[in-house]
Amino acid sequence: MSNDKNELLRLDHLCVDYKVKDGYLSAVKDVSFTINKGEIFAIVGESGCGKSTIAHAILRLLPEHNEVITGNVWFNNENINEYTETQLEKVRGRQIGMIFQNPLDSLNPVYTTGSQVQEGILLDNVSREDAWKKVIEIYKDVKMPDAEKRAKSFPHEMSGGMRQRVMIGMMLARNPQLLIADEPTTALDVTIEAQILKIIKSLRDEFNTAVMMITHNFGLVAEVADKVAVMYAGEVVETGTVFDIFDEPKHPYTTRLMAALPRMTKAEGRLQTIDGSVPRLTEHKSGCRFANRCTHATEQCKTQDPPMREVSPTHSFKCFMEQGVDING
Amino acid sequence: MAEAAIELRNLKKYFNVGKGPGGAKAYAKAVDDITLTINKGEVVGLVGESGSGKTTLARVILRLTSITGGQVIFNGVDLAKASRDDMKKMRTDVSVVFQDPASNLNPRETVMSSIMRPLVLHGTSKAEAKQKAIDALGLVKMDTRYLYSYPHQLSGGQLQRIAIARALVMNPKVMILDEPTSALDISVQAQILNLLLDLQESLKLTYLVITHDLNVIRYISDRIAVMYLGRLVEYGPTEEVIGNPRHPYTKGLMAASPILNPHDRGKEKYMMEGEPGSLINLPTGCHFNPRCPYATDRCRSELPQDVRISPLHQVACFLQEEFSIDK
Repeated sequence: MSNDKNELLRLDHLCVDYKVKDGYLSAVKDVSFTINKGEIFAIVGESGCGKSTIAHAILRLLPEHNEVITGNVWFNNENINEYTETQLEKVRGRQIGMIFQNPLDSLNPVYTTGSQVQEGILLDNVSREDAWKKVIEIYKDVKMPDAEKRAKSFPHEMSGGMRQRVMIGMMLARNPQLLIADEPTTALDVTIEAQILKIIKSLRDEFNTAVMMITHNFGLVAEVADKVAVMYAGEVVETGTVFDIFDEPKHPYTTRLMAALPRMTKAEGRLQTIDGSVPRLTEHKSGCRFANRCTHATEQCKTQDPPMREVSPTHSFKCFMEQGVDING
Repeated sequence: MAEAAIELRNLKKYFNVGKGPGGAKAYAKAVDDITLTINKGEVVGLVGESGSGKTTLARVILRLTSITGGQVIFNGVDLAKASRDDMKKMRTDVSVVFQDPASNLNPRETVMSSIMRPLVLHGTSKAEAKQKAIDALGLVKMDTRYLYSYPHQLSGGQLQRIAIARALVMNPKVMILDEPTSALDISVQAQILNLLLDLQESLKLTYLVITHDLNVIRYISDRIAVMYLGRLVEYGPTEEVIGNPRHPYTKGLMAASPILNPHDRGKEKYMMEGEPGSLINLPTGCHFNPRCPYATDRCRSELPQDVRISPLHQVACFLQEEFSIDK
């Protein structure tokens, strides 16, 4: 247990294994990081790297009887991984809110969006009139145009951006300490994305809500994140502040990924690529999971798990190379 | 003077959305009066929000849908008046790669038979088609052992390579790429972008790339065309459009596109309010005027025409008239 009073969520050696036909699939392996109050923490990685699994594991939203979660999830200094289902129900929504990629999947098509937001408020023993007033207030908070009218709209009458605003409003209604946003803007146009990001940032500034942002889009990370965890094949390979990751990435994977971002024009040269593909995660092998694609890999990398190295109090990476790789090398 | 590969003149595509017999006639003007030229060997990027008519424009050029008005001129031939033979030739000269490779490859056909299909349809013998399929697979840097694979056995990046191979097999001169990388991860996106650029250089292809990702467009294209609600609002060289956007909509779009450097954060940004309107209830005057901070009474009543501000750079905005070089 930590005594740091700024700490909100701390994952401590979290592992998630799925039961599959031929044994276990290790979707998340030995993940540890801390999110402080009022911090925007981005988990970034390519598809299938386990970033959504972490989010779902925290709130235990994974398909039942199919997974094994080990390790500790400290939330406000309590291990919520040991909570019973009834205890966890009090955490979901009230203390940890979650929004997903496609708001249309999360909204009920036969109720007005306002009544769906109201539903959450009514759980706190508020009268219907007061709850509706709160709904209108929230709609204004998320910059919904024409709030009174929109609260009575059904999901299909709204655009994608408005629906995502409703989802954020729904979370806001319970005033959670942590908002988990799983690819919140992937389905939206860039102009609407910019508006949604502004709302998420203002949530943090006004209510000191911490945000765990799960994304594959480095643009989003550069735009809003304070801290970043880079994931590869179920492991966190590097964590640091957004400046650590973008300016001085150390892990070979992060470095190559940074060089693959289209940040220039074709006249300035070609993008770097990463050859090979992600290994199958069903065999419980030791060794670095990036070893088969890493240009610096040695025999040791293939057989032993690399240690987590600290570059600075905020920045660490998982590799045998003491200095890591230079972004230009 | 560069030679034009595709010329669009006042191209229009309206969809009828009237409410049944006796109902009021209404149109969705998905492509409205677009004039633009794509030169041979050029990579043109087409950007705009969803619903701005980008994909419809591509479909009209490919003649996958009929033209409401205007002309598409391909290699000097007006496609509206083209003979059957001309059309047949055009269909081999222009090829297309769609957004989601998994949904437009037949799940019950092997990679080889998918790639061979266009050749066989155009009367190539089976043996020759097979050889060409193998060559095409080589062009996209894939091993021939994938020839007998089915789409479900391949990853997203591999499927996109197959789609590109199929597009290349007819030796096209022009390729239309609709969101070629938006379904892919960053490292795979980099591979596909590099591959596309290599092919463009070695085979002297002309590309029209449609995407909403401005970082990709900046990397790959020579010129950028910006569409808003069916109209072309700005068309010019990449550095000019990115570095010094002239249309207020382009400015808003550039400002909204995600930065890839956290040090650029906190810079005062011009945030575009509101959402794109609908193609059915278009505002009078400039389509952008309800969201435009500079809109005047003239913008609300008159439709702005293209203003040429440098030989290759045109903008449809009244505010740019003073910079016109045609006067």
